[in-house]
Amino acid sequence: MYTFSSKLKTFSFILMIVGLIGIGVGFMNAPKTIEEVEQIVNAEHGHDAHAETTIHHDADSHDAHADAEHKEHLEHVLHQLQNKPWAAFYVACIFFMLLSLGVLAFYAIQYVAQAGWSPVLFRVMEGITSYLLPGSIIFFLVLVLSGMHFNHLFVWMDDAVVAKDHLLQGKVGFLNVPFFLIRAVIFLGFWNLYRYFSRKNSIAQDNAIDNSFFKKNFNISAMFLVFFIISESMMSWDWIMSVDPHWYSTLFGWYVFASFFVSGITTIALITLYLKSKGLLPEVNTSHIHDLAKFMFGISIFWTYLWFSQFMLIWYSNIPEEVTYFITRIEDYNLPFFGMLVMNFIFPLLILINTDFKRLTWIIVMAGIVILFGHYIDFFNMIMPATVGDQWFIGIPEISSLFFFLGLFIFVVFTALTKAPLVAKRNPYIEESKHFHY
Amino acid sequence: MSNKVIHAIYNDDDVLMDAVKQTRAAHHHIEEVYTPFPVHGLDKAMGLAPTRIAIASFMYGLVGISIATFMMSFIMIHDWPQDIGGKPSFSYLENMPAFVPIMFEMTVFFAAHLMVITFYMRSKLWPFKQAENPDVRTTDDHFLMEVGVHGNEEELISFFHSTGAVEVKVIEKH
Repeated sequence: MYTFSSKLKTFSFILMIVGLIGIGVGFMNAPKTIEEVEQIVNAEHGHDAHAETTIHHDADSHDAHADAEHKEHLEHVLHQLQNKPWAAFYVACIFFMLLSLGVLAFYAIQYVAQAGWSPVLFRVMEGITSYLLPGSIIFFLVLVLSGMHFNHLFVWMDDAVVAKDHLLQGKVGFLNVPFFLIRAVIFLGFWNLYRYFSRKNSIAQDNAIDNSFFKKNFNISAMFLVFFIISESMMSWDWIMSVDPHWYSTLFGWYVFASFFVSGITTIALITLYLKSKGLLPEVNTSHIHDLAKFMFGISIFWTYLWFSQFMLIWYSNIPEEVTYFITRIEDYNLPFFGMLVMNFIFPLLILINTDFKRLTWIIVMAGIVILFGHYIDFFNMIMPATVGDQWFIGIPEISSLFFFLGLFIFVVFTALTKAPLVAKRNPYIEESKHFHY
Repeated sequence: MSNKVIHAIYNDDDVLMDAVKQTRAAHHHIEEVYTPFPVHGLDKAMGLAPTRIAIASFMYGLVGISIATFMMSFIMIHDWPQDIGGKPSFSYLENMPAFVPIMFEMTVFFAAHLMVITFYMRSKLWPFKQAENPDVRTTDDHFLMEVGVHGNEEELISFFHSTGAVEVKVIEKH
């Protein structure tokens, strides 16, 4: 049995408290009125371009039309700045929630494929997926708050905007708050149900006299995967693509899937290495780590394939209603947009291609941290341009949200790991898995 | 020094693996092992150095991507930068997404083909090559270990019989 080390527990609490304070600061610092925004905007312009803006301003101030335009611009910036702490929270929240979902999908695949190498890692995966329940509850609350107009993350939720927008009116059948929340309940509900029953069966299999619980898990895993691939695609439209409701991409769902799937596998590798370094997983050998690293490598490239397929098709045809999505990202998010390509593709490609490297702990940890950061930036790039636009910054609200959810994640996952033996006992493939070597 | 070798023939890969380990432990030099199919772990048991063909392949891939980049950069950007459907041919980077499919394919093409050719050259395989099989049964269901004879021949023969060989032959090699 694993005992949650008090050091790690304290660390997770510190992360959560620091994160919560930072999140609070982020919300307090968000401007409330147009006047505040005007001050912020003037302060930003005041330093280097002072002379230029005053002349510009003088000429404009006589023009009522320009004044109205200025007001409109300020209101736009106000919405973006007000969205900032919300969007920061939303990105970290969905990232960790989907990360544990990625592990759940990996777990289900291992069951259905009857993989012989992975059963020694099942309890680690079950520990990570335990975050799915608290993660999805918090996430659902954010969706409800959005639906109640506490924030402006989803423009299509704003009736005043929809009234002026023909495109959004055409999508009201799908993009309306009640249906949106019902879908969220169905998706999150079924994922958590699968996680609950697969964990229960896995524990029950430990003391069973036959393999009936394994067979049950095999069946529900197969059913889960069918549901997952449909719900995953739809949730990516709902929770990520709909922040840009004028834009659509058909392979978006797979792209999002690849992103959180590789993050999930990376997390499995990192937590396995942590537990192994404590001497708690003696049966896990370098071949298991090697297999995980191959998955990290392969799915990183799969992610890049989808990223590039989406980008290149839109760049090549250059259709105005599609291409704006990438133009805003390249112009306003140049470094994060291309930086994540380095972190998610070039770095893992060069470092994880070597077989010997895939067995070295420090290489996997380093590559894993880079991949996880890269995919956080990926989600950042998907959400931020539509919600805060060019007002983005990775500052207190963003880092604090990340800290808070990381602390919560560590706390929940390692608490769950204490609840059951770290290696499943009577899994039919456990012996093979213990002697796995590559 | 004579050119005598011993051909110890086995009919089971597990027995062969044990025999290889024993032979190595007894410090007899294994010249070659002939098997009808890949025996997992045989190279490790024989103490063969790991292959470097993957490293070669990686470098061939780099050659491929360099050639693709140079080729398209020259043709599309420097030699005749036409406006084709509004694509920006002012610099390589601006038009790069359109070149990626070719860069990818050329990388794979070079990495794969040059690696295969390297394999043929290093393992000396080509059409009309004289087969080097010492015993036709080794392509079907027998395993053969070839060990150089140094010192006592009788002792060696009895040693290989003790490792489970179904047949031990002493052969003069030319």
